[in-house]
Amino acid sequence: MSTDKRLVKKTSLDKLFDSIKQQGKTIFAPKLKNGKVNYEQVERFSDIATDYIQTTQSAKVVAFPRTEKILDYTKSKEGIAVVEIDLQSISEVVIWGVRPCDAAGFLPLSAIFNWDTKDIIYNTRLEKTTLIGFSCNKCDESCFCTSVAGNPGGTEGSDMMLTQLGDNGDYLAEIITEKGKTIVDKNPDLFETAGEIDKQKYLADVPVKFNQTEIKDKLANFFENEIWLQQSLRCIGCGACASVCPTCACFDIQDEEHGKRGSRVRCWDNCGLSIFTLHTSGHNPREYQSQRWRQRILHKFSYMPERLSVYGCSGCGRCSRACPVDMNIIEHLTAIQEA
Amino acid sequence: MDELKKRAKELLETGAVKVVIGYEQGTGNKTRAAFIQKPEEVSRLIFDSRCVLNLAVYLNKPEVKQIGKPAIVAPIPVLRAIIQLASENQFTDDNLLILGITPESKFVEFNKLADVETYLDQHLIEIEARDKEILEKLDKMSVEERWNFWVEELSPCFKCYACRAACPMCYCHRCTVEMNQPQWISVPSHQLGNIEWHFMRAMHLAGRCVDCNACANACPIAIPLNLLTKKTLEEIKVSFGGYKPTLTGGHIMSTFKPNDKENFIR
Repeated sequence: MSTDKRLVKKTSLDKLFDSIKQQGKTIFAPKLKNGKVNYEQVERFSDIATDYIQTTQSAKVVAFPRTEKILDYTKSKEGIAVVEIDLQSISEVVIWGVRPCDAAGFLPLSAIFNWDTKDIIYNTRLEKTTLIGFSCNKCDESCFCTSVAGNPGGTEGSDMMLTQLGDNGDYLAEIITEKGKTIVDKNPDLFETAGEIDKQKYLADVPVKFNQTEIKDKLANFFENEIWLQQSLRCIGCGACASVCPTCACFDIQDEEHGKRGSRVRCWDNCGLSIFTLHTSGHNPREYQSQRWRQRILHKFSYMPERLSVYGCSGCGRCSRACPVDMNIIEHLTAIQEA
Repeated sequence: MDELKKRAKELLETGAVKVVIGYEQGTGNKTRAAFIQKPEEVSRLIFDSRCVLNLAVYLNKPEVKQIGKPAIVAPIPVLRAIIQLASENQFTDDNLLILGITPESKFVEFNKLADVETYLDQHLIEIEARDKEILEKLDKMSVEERWNFWVEELSPCFKCYACRAACPMCYCHRCTVEMNQPQWISVPSHQLGNIEWHFMRAMHLAGRCVDCNACANACPIAIPLNLLTKKTLEEIKVSFGGYKPTLTGGHIMSTFKPNDKENFIR
């Protein structure tokens, strides 16, 4: 559908929030805690954080929780009785205040969860999620959406995108999907007709830092290069980058057993951890951190565009911000392009 | 700082060390670890109050070891970590050179580990007043209130293990959380899994933690993990007369005397 444009008064924003809430939807929105802004279940409009560039964690948790029970089992003489996750029990969720890079992150994530076997649980969660995006009117030194085909007002992935027209202005609402249209239909009074509005001038100016196509081409013959060791010397091998990344999809399956009963749980995993590739034999094909760092970059900027036709990065910059040792991805990708 | 740079340059020029591990300017207001391997690159070295990463964490990293003998820029927490690690047989005088930084940001070179140990006698671990206040508040809570405090603080943890990775004392090749036969710690980052993980880690650091705050600084979601290890330091003060890193000291959690009272086992 072509994008329908409406105007939402600044003073109507809380009414829109309340109305969605009243329809029984769970709303996740950026909230401040311990000095960090993260998506949390929010009950009141006034609890939503306003002054922040980006949440520490990505919105992917809504469709791909950090830990989720996928089935219960009971062992007996007759065999193993399995009760799978009840997809009906997954509730309708609205994520309020998604940044364009976060919404765009769901595209590579969905590509991974559907490249072979369709992941019913992930797909159901995403189907039941409505993304209300907010354009960025400011950015920081870690932002690089414009280097990975995104932009601070990008609508890709969002169901509705709101752009504030000036510091204290009203909001331009772009209705992108049927889910977005449903919100408008249920709140016709809050969405006024918008004239011709150029949102571009209200958006943050995110400078282009590198060319991802050039990087992809470079990486095709870059497996053996000393740069991986140079760049990763200070990497301490934690999983902060992957945990906050909107497109990292690796998971581990754990069986939590108590006597004859147990649950099968899907948990996030991290390719930066040495145990990620450790074989039962004790052999580890990615023995060194440099090999793990190379994997992270190659996966996102070479393997994914090659196999899934989508880059595994939306330029949100979370990995750089969360890194305890300042592994700056813009700096590293730029160095790779220039190498 | 000029003195430090001068010495670092000399050490690299003469080949006394292969790498100087120090701090350099990072992104924005951040600082980061620098691995200086060429004398002409010592100008990158900096030191100021932002340099809080415990560089001792790199001494056990295989890729860093492969470069050759290091000199390490070491403010007090790094010095403490070095002594603790040396007491755990992680290195000796022969394979490490220490470029100390005093609390007044003055350069002081140590010729041997024993000198660092002596120097640290003047700088005993002292928990900051602000943290003491929080610990006292926690002490005064009922068991239930304290439990709820930790459930709330630890529940957002997604087990990225940045706390472990940033800790110089967490150098085990296989961490307890990675043992699966039997599985001691629940892997998923649900309430039980998170509590088991963080409490286990704090206990493994009791009597080894040098109170550098690297774990809490590394946490991407700012969980005050260091309160757990600070609490163990307080407990050790009460039960064992306190902790300081020593080259020959016994380790609080792994030494015993045959005539130790066992009246705590009930």
